[in-house]
Amino acid sequence: MKVLMFGWEFPPKIYGGLAVASYGITKGLSLQNDMETIFCLPKPCGEEERFLKIVGMNQVPIVYRGHDYNYVKSRIPDYMTPEDYYNYRDHIYADFSYMNVNDMGCMEFAGGYPGNLHDEINNFSIIAGVVARAEQFDIIHAHDWLTYPAGVHAKLVSGKPLCIHVHATDFDRSRGKVNPTVYSIEKNGMDHADCIMCVSELTRRTVINEYHQDPSKVFAMHNAVYPLSQDLQDLPRPDHSKEKVVTFLGRITMQKGPEYFVEAANMVLQRTRNIRFCMAGSGDMLDAMINLVAERGIADRFHFPGFMRGKQVYECYKDSDVFVMPSVSEPFGIAPLEAMQCGTPSIISKQSGCGEILTNVIKTDYWDIHAMADAIYAICTYPSLFKYLQEEGLKEVNEITWEKVGQRIRRLYDQTIEKYYR
Amino acid sequence: MKTICLYFEMHQIIHLKRYRFFDIGRDHYYYDDYENERSITDIADRSYIPALNTLIDMARENGKFFKVAISLSGVGLEQLELHAPQVIDLLQELNGTGCVEFLCEPYSHGLAALANEDCFREESMRMRDKIKELFGQTPKVFRNSSLIYSDEIGAQVAAMGFKGMLTEGAKHILGWKSPHFIYNCALNPNLKLLLRDYKLSDDISLRFNNSEWEEYPLFADTYMNWIAQLPEEEQVINIFMELSALGIFQPLSSNILEFLRALPACAKERGITFSTPTELCTKGKSVGALEVPYNVSWVDEERDTSCWLGNCMQREAFNKLYSIADRVRICTDRRIKQDWDYLQASNNFRFMTTKPASVGLNRGIYDNPYDAFTNYMNILGDFINRVNTLYPADIDNEELNSLLTTIKNQGEEIEKKDKEIEKLQRQLEKLKPAEKATPAKKAPAKAEPKPKAEPKPKAAPAAKAAPAEKKAPAKKAPAKAEPKPKAAPAAKAAPAEKKAPAKKATPKKK
Repeated sequence: MKVLMFGWEFPPKIYGGLAVASYGITKGLSLQNDMETIFCLPKPCGEEERFLKIVGMNQVPIVYRGHDYNYVKSRIPDYMTPEDYYNYRDHIYADFSYMNVNDMGCMEFAGGYPGNLHDEINNFSIIAGVVARAEQFDIIHAHDWLTYPAGVHAKLVSGKPLCIHVHATDFDRSRGKVNPTVYSIEKNGMDHADCIMCVSELTRRTVINEYHQDPSKVFAMHNAVYPLSQDLQDLPRPDHSKEKVVTFLGRITMQKGPEYFVEAANMVLQRTRNIRFCMAGSGDMLDAMINLVAERGIADRFHFPGFMRGKQVYECYKDSDVFVMPSVSEPFGIAPLEAMQCGTPSIISKQSGCGEILTNVIKTDYWDIHAMADAIYAICTYPSLFKYLQEEGLKEVNEITWEKVGQRIRRLYDQTIEKYYR
Repeated sequence: MKTICLYFEMHQIIHLKRYRFFDIGRDHYYYDDYENERSITDIADRSYIPALNTLIDMARENGKFFKVAISLSGVGLEQLELHAPQVIDLLQELNGTGCVEFLCEPYSHGLAALANEDCFREESMRMRDKIKELFGQTPKVFRNSSLIYSDEIGAQVAAMGFKGMLTEGAKHILGWKSPHFIYNCALNPNLKLLLRDYKLSDDISLRFNNSEWEEYPLFADTYMNWIAQLPEEEQVINIFMELSALGIFQPLSSNILEFLRALPACAKERGITFSTPTELCTKGKSVGALEVPYNVSWVDEERDTSCWLGNCMQREAFNKLYSIADRVRICTDRRIKQDWDYLQASNNFRFMTTKPASVGLNRGIYDNPYDAFTNYMNILGDFINRVNTLYPADIDNEELNSLLTTIKNQGEEIEKKDKEIEKLQRQLEKLKPAEKATPAKKAPAKAEPKPKAEPKPKAAPAAKAAPAEKKAPAKKAPAKAEPKPKAAPAAKAAPAEKKAPAKKATPKKK
């Protein structure tokens, strides 16, 4: 089976959870012998793993240019061949010479989430039309709203069924104040989809209730985690017998509920002093949080180490005794699973999708700072609770693998195709 | 002739309230009054009252033929006294028919048997007295919380003077043996063991209303046929369950009470009788010792203690709780003693179980085991602080123990000396009648409640101070005895063990 997949992020360039999930899903699928994936990215960096065919949308011509083989070979990166280029060039379906293209007839992408995001989304979908005409595939799979237009376009061109993968909805990102443009893109994608995979039951309900989708085509498809590499596993856990560290790690933004973490920290610090709090990450609410911490007078015990990347993230997990994710609305939330892999017990809000598949974590309502403070205190104070959550959590999280997710996605593909042609 | 031993257990815990760690040190009331009242009235209405009424009817209809045994936990009894006294009235009425035997069990329905022998003994004795006081029967047969039993527990129970004990007829301890005989404790042949037939018991308490069960619907004559068809030599059929099985686990709409009511008549037809545990234990002969090196209970498929002590959280809570057992036992604060009973209830530990789906587990106010653990530990943290303010935490248990033994020994000494004083006084009276006889008598009278053996509230600190006081009069003239009782309360004000020996000196100087 061959899948045409559209994504916006892919490791090693990581902006958020989407890259990790895209990698996991494709890797999980690649473990099946008869699966082939074509993964379209706006701007690959060239260092992606090669277990799947990467198509850089910025290397796909939409305007005819008569370059010879050697020139093309010298211009395109090594994950694509000149044959691919000519193949795509043969499938240009309209005159796009009015668009801003380079000497290869391709469009440039800034990559990531630039200011002209909507233009990029639109360009992405134009190019998708070329790819969909040129490639042979059985099903289309589009990740997150940025690629829905591309998925819809590919479906209309090829007549193949479309699966969309909802990693988040605008309802999660905006606490209910939805951006109408984004909503319309999301809704349009969902309306055209033959199968909607949501990262949690929570998101599934949003999709059904807020986007008015037929429940029979909406499925919960929980994310998983990759086993830690050996050097990350070997990171030491510093000794915290004297002082405990409680960590929040993520974008410091409304969706993640950082203010509840500060308030809970304040309550804990009213009673005990041997606990330190750490809020790692950056975001639009960082300054507000620093102010709040100062206002509560707990700045001596509350630290902001800033944005973390790569190995730092795992060092931070390992250096913590409790990981807290008080998200107001979290479609899935892979961070607690990573913390558990590092042996750090997690407290998550009941409004987090990952809670649906985790039992060895403490779940509280995001607004219930009393319960959250209580749980933080308990894990720091009672060694048996820490030990239990650490050991059982590790066992649990080791069972959540992308391979299983890949198999479930495969079953959904089969089902969707069968239903589509019936 | 086959005989049925029917036994019901009545226990409800005192529910703990939501207790955050900020409450530690600020709030010493741990109970959810609303939930307590609601749950006990609910259970009384739906189960205890109809079930006891049926038992009373059965007793009246069948005269002395029908017999039943009941045990209550002390905390459950307190709940009933408070919120559903009509249940106690029914128990009295049932008691009046003479068909019921009351058994003894640990007052708190806790796990003291696994942790602290003295506590276990103390609360069991307390329960025995309470039953005596309420129903006028002195229990002779013991049942531990959730039928927990091991050889050692058996030996402890035998040492308390009980003749028999109920426990689970668990497959892994019986092996090829049948539960339908009387056995005895491996460490003390005088303690008889009655083993629950879990199949026949669970047929009623677990499966009666299960329409997917192949025997559904179960009728009393079928049930009695099963018993009658057991091999000739298997004579004792022990059917033990919680009383709330009738009405709560198996709803009244399943006609379970009608089933129960029909049992005596069906038994009579087949020549099967009813017996109380005491009858079996006194008249029956043991077929041999039953070795139970590890704890068994009647809970879950494993029939062990894993539902209370299966994970490390439960064990931490358990160890923390019983780490202060001795201190609580020697203290005299009524409220601490009361909280101690409530906190010990094994249900508190069961809420923390992480075993996959155990039968009939209702976690009460808790969402999950961690919630239960956190809440309990917060309460326990406050409780331990309170106990530690009575006895400084820096004295370790061993030291405290030795101090306590000193006190105890001194108490005994005092007792001896008191008797001596009395003797001397009597001699003195003979020598000089009239004169100082009256004031002298007062001193020994006041001294009497002191002996440590009976843990009367407030007795311990008094005893601490007392040794000095009493010795002094003994050595000096008995005439000086009078002012001393007044000194005793003053000494009580600073009840630190360490000072006990020192105090001996101070009054002497007076």
